[in-house]
Amino acid sequence: MLLSVRSVSKRYSDSPETRAVLCDVSVELKAGTSVALTGESGSGKSTLLNLIAALDHYDSGDISIDGTSLTGLSDKARSMMRRTEVALVFQQFNLIPSLTVEQNLSLHARLGGRLDLEWISTLTQRLGLSDLVDRYPEQISGGQQQRVAIGRALAVRPKLLLADEPTGNLDETTSSEVMKLLMELIQTSGASLFLVTHSSRIASQLERQIHLSEGSLQ
Amino acid sequence: MKRATFGALISHWQKHPLQLLALVVGLAIATALWSAVQAINSEARASYARASAQLGFSGLDVLIPENGTIPVTSYVNLRRAGWKLAPVIEGRWRLPKGSVRLIGIDPLSHPSASALTDATTFKLVNLTSPLQIFLHPNTKEKLDGIPDLPPITLTDSLPTGVVLTDISIAEQLLTHHGQLSRLIVLQNKSIGLTPLAVLAPNLILQSANGSQTGRLADSFHLNLTAFGFLSFAVGLFIVQGTVGLGIEQRRNLFRTLRAMGLSLNQLVVLLLSELVLVALTAGGIGLILGYLLAGALLPDVSSTLNGIYGESVEGELALRPSWVLSGLGMALFGTALASGHAFASFYKMPILTIPGFQSRAHTAGTGYKMMAITGSGLIVTGGIAMVLFDGLLVGFALLAGLMLGSALLLPLLLSKILTIAEKAASGALSEWVWADMRAQLPGVSLAMMALMLALATNIGVGTMVSSFRLTFLGWMNQRFSSEIYVSVNNDEQASELVNWLDSRGVTSLPIRWAEISSMGIPIRVYGAMDHSRYRKNWPVLQAVETLWDDVFIGSGALINEQLARRLNLWPGDELALSTDWKVTVSGVYSDYGNPHGQVLVSLSNLLHNVPDVPNRQFGLKLPLKEVPALMKELQEDFDSRDILAIDTTDIKARSLAVFDRTFIVTGALNLLTLGVAGFAILTSLLTLWNIRLPQLAPIWALGVTRRQLAWLELLRSLALATLAAVLALPLGLLLAWVLLSIINVEAFGWKLPMFLFPMDWLRLLGLAWIAAIIAAAFPAFKLARIKPSELLEVFAHER
Repeated sequence: MLLSVRSVSKRYSDSPETRAVLCDVSVELKAGTSVALTGESGSGKSTLLNLIAALDHYDSGDISIDGTSLTGLSDKARSMMRRTEVALVFQQFNLIPSLTVEQNLSLHARLGGRLDLEWISTLTQRLGLSDLVDRYPEQISGGQQQRVAIGRALAVRPKLLLADEPTGNLDETTSSEVMKLLMELIQTSGASLFLVTHSSRIASQLERQIHLSEGSLQ
Repeated sequence: MKRATFGALISHWQKHPLQLLALVVGLAIATALWSAVQAINSEARASYARASAQLGFSGLDVLIPENGTIPVTSYVNLRRAGWKLAPVIEGRWRLPKGSVRLIGIDPLSHPSASALTDATTFKLVNLTSPLQIFLHPNTKEKLDGIPDLPPITLTDSLPTGVVLTDISIAEQLLTHHGQLSRLIVLQNKSIGLTPLAVLAPNLILQSANGSQTGRLADSFHLNLTAFGFLSFAVGLFIVQGTVGLGIEQRRNLFRTLRAMGLSLNQLVVLLLSELVLVALTAGGIGLILGYLLAGALLPDVSSTLNGIYGESVEGELALRPSWVLSGLGMALFGTALASGHAFASFYKMPILTIPGFQSRAHTAGTGYKMMAITGSGLIVTGGIAMVLFDGLLVGFALLAGLMLGSALLLPLLLSKILTIAEKAASGALSEWVWADMRAQLPGVSLAMMALMLALATNIGVGTMVSSFRLTFLGWMNQRFSSEIYVSVNNDEQASELVNWLDSRGVTSLPIRWAEISSMGIPIRVYGAMDHSRYRKNWPVLQAVETLWDDVFIGSGALINEQLARRLNLWPGDELALSTDWKVTVSGVYSDYGNPHGQVLVSLSNLLHNVPDVPNRQFGLKLPLKEVPALMKELQEDFDSRDILAIDTTDIKARSLAVFDRTFIVTGALNLLTLGVAGFAILTSLLTLWNIRLPQLAPIWALGVTRRQLAWLELLRSLALATLAAVLALPLGLLLAWVLLSIINVEAFGWKLPMFLFPMDWLRLLGLAWIAAIIAAAFPAFKLARIKPSELLEVFAHER
């Protein structure tokens, strides 16, 4: 099993009383498969994605990626996990504004020590970014920025790609184009996909759908 | 409506207290440093005016010579033409325990004679018979041990450091025979009289409101003002950064307020009111700090002015309303100046645009180029002004052009350097670090400008002071090459002393001089005996090969640098000391600290032309270890009233102490400016903190730990400080060269050689690093300890 989430709970204490965001959530994902996580705003989708990405800590339960448990893992080891095993695509793209498209595309792979220029060149072509490599993020459209973000994530050849509303900031046409590209490239790279979305239309494009409501899986 | 809107605007500062703190502290520091210097200057000027009034010189026009002194014959001619004038002789009277300002007046014509003959003050009429000298009780110590002085009367009516006496006594003590320093004009109306400009074209009529202080002291105050202005400018960099950010961060709020019906003008008025409130609060704090700082620095300034320039600054620091008002005015002016750019952008930008950090980074390039063009223009303008015009102010204009111009060039230079570094970087992280630094530049460039200016000033002024010190030390060792200097009262005592020294096998070199006036300039002509002391030690700057042979056969003369520059005389030129006494300039020597012209000829040449030169001073050559014994014997064998012997070591130590004390103020201001620059970096990093997170969170998400990011923040700050220091070095050295070769020549008449002090540069680099680490430590610590949830907020769009 590539991803195993077992009885994970998470509470936030940013208000006067603590607030449960996830209650006893369990989910599994096999290598090379994809799953869409849907749910209402505030249901805990992004929190679960952040926990899987080792960006945040859960209060109880366990998450393991490719057999490695995140419980008790040091900050350094969690960072190493993100550099090599897991990649993220955000709704707001979160490209590095000071780097060009080309530098953004190769950044994650270089950080993870997995720079494969041929693969990056393939991604650049497939994503239609060949003419934009010297531009800065602010000089390209939202759809193009999201394509760069997908390219950046896949360039490291992650085992697991985590996408948080990757088309949430795009119009319908662009959204469809981006999703098509994402699904094609996931297949090419052999990565597993864990995608968070509001849209049932997008969720239906993935192999499996799960629904989160008030912190629990339905 | 207005109250509610103002409340909404001000609520920004509640959310960003550090920004408000940076704004207030930046403005307070700028006001404090500026007003401290102004307080010192105004206290000094008030003291000069007080002293002038006490001496009866205020409120009257004065005739002063273009150069040197006024011959008595000119005074007599003016009196015969019907002008009522009071003659004054004034000069520094150098004593073993320091120098005093000696003023000789004619009691019968002095304007304040009747006022000063008040029974409660000293009786000026007593000046006539018997001849006396008058001084403040605090001055008396300096005259202790001086033999054959006229009776002394102590009075509180005179300022400290001043000795007042009859003109005839002053003439003897200063050896200014027949030479007057100035003439006080006693009548305002000149009906029927030939104008002074016609009768005495070589004399300048200085109005009653004109400066009574010396040119050197004026230049010292100008220096202090320049320092104060630099510190003020550095402080304003902080203000500009925070005001700009405060406006940019509130664009959403502005948009909302505009949507609710607030006009642009109303919004501007409210923002201006907010700034005025901040300026007045910070200005008030700055004034308190400035007052405390001025109080701390005033004793050193006073000592400097007294020791080197001969001006006395007395009294406690007074709180003057004009100073308070001008300080608050400067705070308001500075705020307006520093906010101008932010307000202009606010006006120009469409209200619906929300400019962010990202766009700032990439649109900054055009701005950098414009700044660089302006900066280059300022440097070139300063250079052209220096070529076309002369004078101290032009020298300062050159300095200002250099400093401001270089600061404006800095962002473009840094941007280019960072681009090169980014291209040369091999790792992904290092590539990001350089690119990120370049992207940060719009936010930190003002702080970097401040740091570079502060470092360049430190290097420039430090190099100037250290070069001066090194030169001064070497010069003292050359110039004071005798082990003991002895003065006697008359020629009989001199013969007795020479015989006494001969019997002990001690070589004595007579120091004989005459005061003459040539081309309207007072010149002291020394006569030297042919001795290896001169040939080996004299601090010669330029000379012909046969220098000493020419001097001792009587055809040549050495002149000091001040005279050489004033008359533009150099080796090979002819100097007329009188109508029938001409010599060829064989060499020029350095003579630091002396504002007057000097000539060195052979003793026989001097005595041939001025036969009655007194023979009362001697330099004694003997092994150093025998000095204490000979000093003791001199005291035992001669009456202390007849002889004054000074150990050279003592003179050198005292001179060096005065020298070092002179530059204490400079050192303090140097350090303060560097401190302000360090604070500017801190405030810029803190104010950038909120817009930094969106840049850092994705890198963290890609697998760079928070600890690594924190270290990178520190390294980034260090790298920027290093770049600023490296770029400050050539600017600082250029500044030093301008100070040594242009400002010094204009202000004092001598040029100093420039020495390099690499260890000082390293020390400064260390200080810059410390400032950079301190400034980046807090943001870095915050980053290392930041909760993941705070970083995740950057990506959050649901919670």
